[in-house]
Amino acid sequence: MSESATSNWIYLSNGQAADIDKLPVMEMAAFQETILHEIENGARISALFGQPVADETVRLWAILSQDRRSLLLPLCTDTGADYPALTPRCPQAHRFEQEICEQWGMQPLGHPWLKPVRFHAPYRSTAINPADAGTPEIGVMPFFRVEGEEVHEVAVGPVHAGIIEPGHFRFQCHGENVMHLEISLGYQHRGVERHMMSGPGGRSLHYMETLAGDTTIGHATAYCQMLEALSGTGISVRAQVLRGIALELERIANHTGDIGALAGDVGFLPTMSYCGRIRGDVLNMTAVICGNRFGRGLVKPGGVGHDLDSALRRELHQRLNAVEKDLTVAVNLLWKTSSVMARFEGAGALRPEDVEALGFVGPTARACGLERDVRNDMPGGIFRFTQIPVSTCSSGDVMARAHVRWLEIQRSITFIREQLDSMPDEAVRAPVSPLQPSRIAVSLMEGWRGEICHVALTDHHGRFAAYKVVDPSFHNWFALAYALRNQQISDFPLCNKSFNLSYCGHDL
Amino acid sequence: MFNSLLARMQQKHRTIAFPDGPPPPLPDRFAGRPIIHPERCPSGCRACSDACPVGAIQQTDRLRIDMGQCIFCTECVAACSHHHIEFSRDYRLAARNRTDLHINGPEEFRFAAALDHHARRLFGRSLKLRQVSAGGCNACEADVNVLGAVGWDLGRFGIQFVASPRHADGLLVTGPVPENMHQALLKTYEATPAPKIVIAVGACAVSGGIYKGHEEVHNGVCDLLPVDLLIPGCPPHPLTILDGLLRLIVKMEIDKPA
Repeated sequence: MSESATSNWIYLSNGQAADIDKLPVMEMAAFQETILHEIENGARISALFGQPVADETVRLWAILSQDRRSLLLPLCTDTGADYPALTPRCPQAHRFEQEICEQWGMQPLGHPWLKPVRFHAPYRSTAINPADAGTPEIGVMPFFRVEGEEVHEVAVGPVHAGIIEPGHFRFQCHGENVMHLEISLGYQHRGVERHMMSGPGGRSLHYMETLAGDTTIGHATAYCQMLEALSGTGISVRAQVLRGIALELERIANHTGDIGALAGDVGFLPTMSYCGRIRGDVLNMTAVICGNRFGRGLVKPGGVGHDLDSALRRELHQRLNAVEKDLTVAVNLLWKTSSVMARFEGAGALRPEDVEALGFVGPTARACGLERDVRNDMPGGIFRFTQIPVSTCSSGDVMARAHVRWLEIQRSITFIREQLDSMPDEAVRAPVSPLQPSRIAVSLMEGWRGEICHVALTDHHGRFAAYKVVDPSFHNWFALAYALRNQQISDFPLCNKSFNLSYCGHDL
Repeated sequence: MFNSLLARMQQKHRTIAFPDGPPPPLPDRFAGRPIIHPERCPSGCRACSDACPVGAIQQTDRLRIDMGQCIFCTECVAACSHHHIEFSRDYRLAARNRTDLHINGPEEFRFAAALDHHARRLFGRSLKLRQVSAGGCNACEADVNVLGAVGWDLGRFGIQFVASPRHADGLLVTGPVPENMHQALLKTYEATPAPKIVIAVGACAVSGGIYKGHEEVHNGVCDLLPVDLLIPGCPPHPLTILDGLLRLIVKMEIDKPA
């Protein structure tokens, strides 16, 4: 990469805005070569999306995360009706290029796996992408198929057996052995991104709170951090502490529920029952702060909607002690039970090189030994001042994912204790000024499933010209499909729960 | 074996006493059924309805909150300087009819009535439900699911979630019903043997919630299927959901105080 080409790049940190007009619009070839070069040097694609700029032109934006330098590199280029696909040379782009094609009609030529992502009509009707060409019928697509006399196909969903969200899974099996799993989603598509355009509006924060309801704090904080970046609003440390406590409570609650559900999936009822209840106790702690078990109304632009006085902090301390005591007994029982360990160990293993190549995030990546954690790599909010050690494991299987979650629970408990005792005496909410025009900002959070990435561009009036949300599930659904290869189909529920990915977070 | 027994002793018996005993305590900041004081409302003021992100507050001849649309964000309370809206701590929100969820003033809220005699004979002691998430964000789903955990122990009332609509007496639907789930929802309903009931849980399923009016969704289940029980909230507290289910099959006296 020549020095003249790189000298006008603008790097961003998490929650920092830049002037869009100062970013060079690259040639397609240079754009793609830069992405490949950066990935070669350890960067990841955090987001890749399209923004309509003219009738038949879409600007492609790539947000590359350089974790080791804690910097984000935004790159852009313009494309017409088609462009050479990046995916053949960069597998982690595959889902993003499918999405760009579905939303804006820009064909990635040579994409090996061009299928619908969410099965919706194009976001705008143009000559190259007429909306009246018909909406794709949900779930109807050319599934990958293995042929052979002894091969059989298993189709599951969209409506599943448990109380969970809808999605379709198609297995190619030889006996019990899964040769291939293809996951087809889109059933939960509610049009969040489309309705964020020209925002922010009255519902914007609520879209974010319900984008993935179990990650209300994660997405709402990413959104509020975005508004603060684009408007130049600073928030108090006390508000950052409260956001941090809520984020870690969300992590503890979900990890606890999933460890319990993993126990249930191998028929070990004691830990399942205990964790199911303890998860509720943690949700109730969030309700102590804001009245709602999922943290609705807690995170607000400019800070938080509720404060904690000393009596409530004491109450949270007591509840946290009780949770820690019960949970330690419940989870340790799991590790001591050999029949459970026999099912966890070796099930659904991923290799670190696949995680790197396909860009997986969160506990999925950390369970393969990768130290990939936004709280550490791209710290925002309170995590700029205090660090939570990154929890990793090496075997990449169900056992590793369960173990990483338990490590994270313990470290989040320690973090919350420290933060409850170190809240500076300040206001918890500051007024937010209007968004500045022609800005770009990236807001990252480590949600309990992994990296949450929001990217916003403002137009000349300070309204959203684009608002891109990348839920960690968008990266990681493919990890589940990958983990199932050469596994027994009867281990699918167990593998699935070890990731517990979001359908609505993916479908938007 | 010994480890399991020791853990069992440590975890203790945790099933709540409700409905025979008091309900579990709700958080101090819990927002329950809204109360309107119309006499405090000056004419021409639209502060509350302008602040409502979902258009749940209507001001025609008199102020009205549609609790089926409300997401309990309390923005209206913050916007009103006349204190004409407050959110009580009453968790009992379920209703049998859509219009019963309209809060107009100080009138008594009409709690969900029980099923008729015939339906109660069929479902009163054993109610098997198939849950269908149709665009739900996983918050309503989670708080329905938690009723099966040991603390709430839904099974003691004969209510159970089953894996197939063929085994079910009815559907419990969450979410605004995206177009992409429309067909699957109707097929699941058809696959459920009659007589059957439909329960809508959460603002999205009742009215579309914050997704109301999106081209991508059907504004909830009410226009698609005959709904027997509506449980508002975003998401409703598990106690609210349990209260609604128990009223339907008369496991709880209607006039029992909160």
